[in-house]
Amino acid sequence: MATTVSEIDGSGKNVNKLGLKKSDYKGSPTTLCQGCGHNSISSQIMAALFELSIKPEKIVKLSGIGCSSKSPTYFLNRSHGFNSLHGRMPSIATGSALANRSIKLIGVSGDGDTASIGIGQFIHLVRRNVPMVYIVENNGVYGLTKGQFSATADKGQVLRKIGVNPFMPVDVCMEALIANCGFVARSFAGDPKQLKQLLKAALSFQGTAVLDIISPCVTFNNRGESTKSYAWGKAHEYPLHDVTWVPMRDEIEIEYQPGEVTEVDMHDGSTLLFKKLEQEYDPTDRMEALKMLEETCCGGVLVTGLIFISEEQPPLPEIEEMVDTPLVHLTEKELRPSRDSLEQVMEAYR
Amino acid sequence: MAESKASVREKTDTKKDKETIVNDFSMVVATVNGSGSQTSNLAIIRSLFRMGIPVSGKNLFPSNIQGLPTWFTIRVSSEGHTARRENNEILVAMNPTTFSEDLRDLGSEGVCFYDDRFKITEERPDVTFYPMPVRELVKEINPPTDLRDYIANMAYVGIVAEMLGIDMDEIRGALETHFMGKQSAVDLNMRTIQAASSSAEENLIKQDSYYLERSDQTHDLLLIDGNTASALGAIYGGVSFAAWYPITPASSLADALEQYLPQLRMDEETGKATYVVIQAEDELAAIGMAVGAGWAGARAMTSTSGPGISLMAEFAGLAFFAEIPIVVSDVQRMGPSTGLPTRTSQGDILFVRFLGHGDTNQVMLLPGSIAECFEFGWQAFDLAERLQTPIFVLSDLDLGMNLWMSEKFAYPSQSFDRGKILAAEDLDRIGKFSRYQDVDGDGITYRTLPGTDHPLAAYFTRGTGHDENAIYSEKPDDWEMNIERIWRKLETAREMLPRPVIQHTKDAHIGLIGYGSTDPAIQEALDRLNTKNISADYLRIRAVPFVHEIETFIREHDVVYVIEMNTDGQMYKLLQLEVPDQAEKLHSLTHNNGLPLSAHWVVEAVLDREGG
Ligand SMILES: Cc1ncc(C[n+]2csc(CCOP(=O)(O)OP(=O)(O)O)c2C)c(N)n1
Ligand code: SF4
Ligand SMILES: [Mg+2]
Repeated sequence: MATTVSEIDGSGKNVNKLGLKKSDYKGSPTTLCQGCGHNSISSQIMAALFELSIKPEKIVKLSGIGCSSKSPTYFLNRSHGFNSLHGRMPSIATGSALANRSIKLIGVSGDGDTASIGIGQFIHLVRRNVPMVYIVENNGVYGLTKGQFSATADKGQVLRKIGVNPFMPVDVCMEALIANCGFVARSFAGDPKQLKQLLKAALSFQGTAVLDIISPCVTFNNRGESTKSYAWGKAHEYPLHDVTWVPMRDEIEIEYQPGEVTEVDMHDGSTLLFKKLEQEYDPTDRMEALKMLEETCCGGVLVTGLIFISEEQPPLPEIEEMVDTPLVHLTEKELRPSRDSLEQVMEAYR
Repeated sequence: MAESKASVREKTDTKKDKETIVNDFSMVVATVNGSGSQTSNLAIIRSLFRMGIPVSGKNLFPSNIQGLPTWFTIRVSSEGHTARRENNEILVAMNPTTFSEDLRDLGSEGVCFYDDRFKITEERPDVTFYPMPVRELVKEINPPTDLRDYIANMAYVGIVAEMLGIDMDEIRGALETHFMGKQSAVDLNMRTIQAASSSAEENLIKQDSYYLERSDQTHDLLLIDGNTASALGAIYGGVSFAAWYPITPASSLADALEQYLPQLRMDEETGKATYVVIQAEDELAAIGMAVGAGWAGARAMTSTSGPGISLMAEFAGLAFFAEIPIVVSDVQRMGPSTGLPTRTSQGDILFVRFLGHGDTNQVMLLPGSIAECFEFGWQAFDLAERLQTPIFVLSDLDLGMNLWMSEKFAYPSQSFDRGKILAAEDLDRIGKFSRYQDVDGDGITYRTLPGTDHPLAAYFTRGTGHDENAIYSEKPDDWEMNIERIWRKLETAREMLPRPVIQHTKDAHIGLIGYGSTDPAIQEALDRLNTKNISADYLRIRAVPFVHEIETFIREHDVVYVIEMNTDGQMYKLLQLEVPDQAEKLHSLTHNNGLPLSAHWVVEAVLDREGG
């Protein structure tokens, strides 16, 4: 009998490889609305980290401002966290990632936080390839300020109190791709199985991994005709493939028909398996990814899956040619140049 | 030695009755921006400095890349005064468009070196004129076309050197420093300078009274700008993270970081950097990155000027309230708004003091000399980490970008102070951790760094209201307790900050208060006031919040003049708030037209008030 994925990654067990329990990954009780998509995403983040046996102390949670940005409080109490400013989480992430390259960053943002006020910082974060998982909990509205349109709302969408949105939406995945992101995924809070696989893949990625997750706001934007609602997502989700993340290539023996699955090796030794569904889709082809997004942008489907993957670009700490030791661990000995060196520097000004 | 003062003096045959003035004048070189005159001016000022003569150099430049007028002023003062003078005795006119104006502004009995193609339209019989055959000299040297303007500027170096008595060897030495030993560049320049000097020797007769003579007053001093000093200070303070966005007059601070960090802070074994410098996409991101890095435990900084400070306000408030150590260098320029990007001011004092909405209170250091730019450069990191709050270091364009004489920098006198950080072992020992609990009663709480391998280490940083455990709280008591503790911390801060520098004179009933780049002008003014029988004490503020000595100083004097370069009297207002019962004693003297303060202005302002 072939080994199943859940046996390999520990999803079926009570303790993980570190001997930690699921409860070691939990956060404070959520204060978001019951049924909010953001809560489902938090659950999958906890599950993925538990199953990957990543120590909570190695994780740092970052966010901007919004309902979505509150959610890091509701997972991983044993990780440091920083709920920063509206739209400015990318700069906090850039500073933290460079200061301590041994920590793993998970950023949680909203569509307002990323695509409206924070679009500039978002693009620059991606462009620099700051090593982190960047999650956009995309509900098409500003939840926390009570239901205004965000920049990802569909053109023509109607909100009861606000009226009709006359503008074209910003597509977070498209923006990431154009900024040269090496990991671009879209998922749906109503598809926890896929979401967890994509989170694991993102955590294995060495640069900026962007996940645009449609995460319904049950209070302000969950009417059936909204493309950010549960009902619509469930009815129109169109996965590009069935994606599975596996830790070590050798450990895997899931049986597939020939030609049914393509594999992509990750820099950290893990592998991604893409099982073909209705249509061929090559997630390593950037132009195909752009074309697909353009074609499906207003096409009545919610395309999900790993839209693009490439680890060609080095992550920021490598580009900056920094020492391997995290900067925060350097001591006065490494950080303060000698007395003699100061004398030499001053010579040039005599 | 090409030209000594003796040979210059021999040629002086007319106007013999004039007294000779040695090492005491102000010279302005009027050129066109972007023509390469900076090298010429630096060659002159540095050779004077190398001759042992006290100098200062101020570049009055336009916000423009090429074509607009620019003036470089060199003051030499045997008494060692370095403040801006309001009059110049010597003009080197290289810009036809401003020639008439420049000549009109020249002090009486002045000296004018001018490109001999310019027409003199001003009636100035009092002035000694020296025409300079710039075109012929350039022709003679025959440089590549793209270097013609540049060589033309070198010509005036030679002529001025010949007529005033600058030592050729020192000019060569200055150029060698400037070109970092690149001999071909030094030679080309020296060839021009020498040709110009010979031409002057043959064709010009010394008729003015100004002379330069070797002295020994710059022994053990440096000639350097404040931004370089600040950057070096940061490097010796162990900066490991810097993010910035280009802006005049702060850019050269980051440039100096980029210049020196690779020399001073490379890991010897791997050749890799023990720092990172990021040119951010804007100032919001620059300070955000610094906050992220400071929070993570790096010694983090950003540098900027007025418009950047405006953008940084939201993060400044967050860092204050969430108690994150960062250092922000504000090299002030003239505001409001884009203002005068290339002119100096001390206009950010009030804004930075309260930068951030709500009851934000920021700590500011105010260097008043180049040596203090260095000293506060490293101290700021110790203070930021000790106090877990942003430290703003406010200099200005004059201090940051102009050339000043400075004492040699003292190597940091104390080891790093990383403040209250708990490591995993500490948590094991203590067995509990509350991020915002005032364990020691000084308002300063303990922090852990992200990544600390201990189940108790984590906490959740936020700009929202929080209790002692950093948990979100809207409870009125939690809010008040937290804010009161932060205020307790600011009280603790006062006594840790650099104390004011106080100069007492016997029986003075007048006190002067100043800060920052105005120090040389105030010092010179004190001397001059003394000769007019007005003696005053002087206190120079070096940090805000204020320490008790400042209040004492105000109480001890009948009248206190607060001198500063902004229109609102910003420090004056802060002092009034500090000692409201003494407010009537305080008088505001403000100078704010973009030019550095002069002693003359201070003297006049004080005499005006004192009815002198
Ligand atoms: C500078 C600033 N402007 C405005 C706000 C108010 N504000 C808080 S959350 C928010 C929108 C959040 O929307 P989104 O990121 O989509 O998060 P959601 O609540 O929908 O999850 C706004 C405008 C703020 N906190 N800061
Ligand atoms: S308002 Fe919307 S986004 Fe906010 S918690 Fe409620 S459901 Fe979630
Ligand atoms: Mg939203």
